[in-house]
Amino acid sequence: MPAKADFSLGRRTVMRSLAMMGVVAASGAATLPAHAELEIDITKANPQPMPIAVTNFAGDNPQAQQTGQNIAAVISANLERSGLFRPIDPAKFIQTPEQLRAGPRYADWRLIQAQGLVTGTVTQSPDGRTRIEFRLWDVTADQQLTGLAYTVQADGWRRVAHIISDAIYKRITGEEGYFDTRVVYIAESGPALQRVKQLAIMDQDGQNHRFLTDGRVLVLTPRFSPSTQEITYLSYFNNKPRVYLFNIDTGRQEVLGDFPGMTFAPRFSPDGNKVIMSLAQNGNTDIYALDLRTRRQTQLTNHPGIDTSPCYSPDGSKIVFESDRGGTQQLYTMNADGGDVKRITFGSGRYATPVWSPRGDLIAFTRLADGKFYIGVIRPDGTGERILTEAFHVEGPTWAPNGRVLMFFKERPAGAGGKQRQAKLYSIDLTGFNERQVLTPTDASDPAWSPLIP
Amino acid sequence: MNFKIVSLVAVALLATACSSKKEPTATATTAGTSAPAAPAAAKPTGPVPGSAEDFVVNVGDRVFFGFDKSDLTPEATATLDRQAAWLKQYQGVTVTVEGHADERGTREYNLALGERRATAVKNYLTALGVDGARVQTISYGKERPAVVGSNEAAWTQNRRGVTVIN
Repeated sequence: MPAKADFSLGRRTVMRSLAMMGVVAASGAATLPAHAELEIDITKANPQPMPIAVTNFAGDNPQAQQTGQNIAAVISANLERSGLFRPIDPAKFIQTPEQLRAGPRYADWRLIQAQGLVTGTVTQSPDGRTRIEFRLWDVTADQQLTGLAYTVQADGWRRVAHIISDAIYKRITGEEGYFDTRVVYIAESGPALQRVKQLAIMDQDGQNHRFLTDGRVLVLTPRFSPSTQEITYLSYFNNKPRVYLFNIDTGRQEVLGDFPGMTFAPRFSPDGNKVIMSLAQNGNTDIYALDLRTRRQTQLTNHPGIDTSPCYSPDGSKIVFESDRGGTQQLYTMNADGGDVKRITFGSGRYATPVWSPRGDLIAFTRLADGKFYIGVIRPDGTGERILTEAFHVEGPTWAPNGRVLMFFKERPAGAGGKQRQAKLYSIDLTGFNERQVLTPTDASDPAWSPLIP
Repeated sequence: MNFKIVSLVAVALLATACSSKKEPTATATTAGTSAPAAPAAAKPTGPVPGSAEDFVVNVGDRVFFGFDKSDLTPEATATLDRQAAWLKQYQGVTVTVEGHADERGTREYNLALGERRATAVKNYLTALGVDGARVQTISYGKERPAVVGSNEAAWTQNRRGVTVIN
């Protein structure tokens, strides 16, 4: 099987110079029997993590070696966090990066129980750019599985490390990766009665963190556009809560639509041409779609109940939302034009914040029941409800672009002993395993996972 | 309307001067002079009628709601009756009704719930004859609690509609 060569890169300003140079040799794999292939069945509830050796990429000078070390560290951390891989302690490695230039001595890697092996090189070209090559080896079958090469500006290595991580994840699990992504969220600071909230953005591993607003204005619920260039969110600018659009590259902010009351709960349509949101006025909340090209506002629900948290299906044909029209918050689906409304949840308690999986097969939600909060998933037809995690307060799931991992926020109660309430981001596998905190500089809430960066 | 607000501020400043207990100091430093102001100073000073402080202290600026409710309790309507009477007495005042929710709900729903609560307060005030143009509403959902605490006592105080003098 030839290595995948169709990563399309280079649209982002910072990545302008990132250009794929070609595919490293990858041969033979297709002729081998399938059972010899290294793979993780991630449909199993809790697969055993695969032992993998991620070696420092070889470099022909100290600077290249340092870059090679950095790349290996990023890949190793990505794979480990997925819960599907167990990177082996590099102290156990026998072959050096230099020796690996000639290919792996498989016996050396079998000796330390490695099943997968990642090797690579970093070369500085005369024009100041860096060429990064990587290869993934199946130690159990003595063969190369895939290989890719990229030429980037010196500071492009980190993104290449994420792209390589995605290539490894995909080759071994058969699913698209999610490492070349970013997260936008609300950074929280200050005491509970004067909470300061800022828009913040970071790579999915917490690197390249930056604040997008200064905290003077209350902001909530950011969500990415499909291009990952824009964010729609709620801002209390001038004490008028309205849905805004934020351009990440230019920093430009604009109010969306001309509505007579509070607009909130925004989300992009999958094609990026619309933002769907709620309008609250005179004690009633309905759902509207705003066409970003024509600026036309279309009312989609018309009911005295609270209709909010709308989200399109990935094909754009349906919308899932929550409504208390039946007495308490429950999930409903409807056609994109507002027709054919169907209630899909009937369990005890309340269901809220539905988010359609990028794969279309599931809807994630927050459930409130018996004094607790839960994150769960359900099929769009209302069958197969499954709870992934529960706590005093968990809320607001968001999907990784491959539909395998979710992120949400969790709050610790304010204690009697003056213990501050605490809010942090967590990720969890769709199976309900591998829940772990996503590190942020401050308290954090309302995460939104970007699509794969174009 | 601007004129009214300016005059209110002026009154409020006077009230501050009166109630900031400068009199004893003044008396001490001007010992020997006549003290014609003394009788006025001796009178206990409360909030100046028509001021925001007057509204909070003597009328009550907030009403409370049940969990996930936006209907007004008898206690709430009693408070709003007083608010309406006060607002009709001080016609120059405009207010913003803030709707708030406790932390035991999801963020977006609570924004809608807060708007519902603020509107319930506004509708009651306008039904009693307060001009709707004088009453704005805003929802803060669960973003601006009045009391810190993850317990029923705190949540009860955070599910509220607050009438704020602009």
